[in-house]
Amino acid sequence: MAGIRVQAEDFDVGAEIAALTAGRVDIGGIGCFVGTVRDHGAGRRITAMTLEHYPGMTEQAMARIAAEAEARWPLQGCTLIHRVGRLEPGANIVLVLTASPHRHAALDATAFLIDWLKTKAPFWKKECFADGSEAWVDAREADDQAAARWAATAP
Amino acid sequence: MTGTVATAGTLRILYFAWLRERVGTSEETVALPATVTTVGELMAWLQTRGPGHAAAFAAGGTVRCAVNQDFAHADAAVRPGDEVAFFPPVTGG
Repeated sequence: MAGIRVQAEDFDVGAEIAALTAGRVDIGGIGCFVGTVRDHGAGRRITAMTLEHYPGMTEQAMARIAAEAEARWPLQGCTLIHRVGRLEPGANIVLVLTASPHRHAALDATAFLIDWLKTKAPFWKKECFADGSEAWVDAREADDQAAARWAATAP
Repeated sequence: MTGTVATAGTLRILYFAWLRERVGTSEETVALPATVTTVGELMAWLQTRGPGHAAAFAAGGTVRCAVNQDFAHADAAVRPGDEVAFFPPVTGG
């Protein structure tokens, strides 16, 4: 059963790993991805990023994505946390944790989860630039291609 | 969320990201014309509701849709009481 949260507050990666593994001695490896805010994009300096989501649908979409990962790999646990609101460079945006008896399952499931989160969960990013202007981030074809590669490789 | 419950004959419509900014509201409840039965027809009808709506649905931006919190295509059915959301392609993660 995946732990899924959408929140404005920061998360503590160490504490989340500890919570995922608490009281268990059967886990062989933890896969971890942390997405953070960059201070630049397309040659411009970014001073902040604002993340918007669709309350209700977002959590359902994340649960569906986690269930898909659990169906594809032998996971013993999984944590998905996505932040919303205004975030500054260096801040955490998203956390994906997976626990599995074997490293390949943990690492592959982690890559799958972040690829699908980026393309199938209703979040939108707006970048604020050093000159005060703002712009919504366009969806990238590279992200769609990254997500699509999992369609053909269900284990 | 602030709950505006759609009653019979009405549709609750949500807008996100630049669609919300162009329409000028995050949410509205509309009386559904009998001629509107699909997402595509709803988009065409919404465009006629004002300059903000027209700008939001104008060519030049890709608009995605969800019906009752499930991604939906232009040919998906819309019925009174549904919650329909319009937004750009997602960019989280």
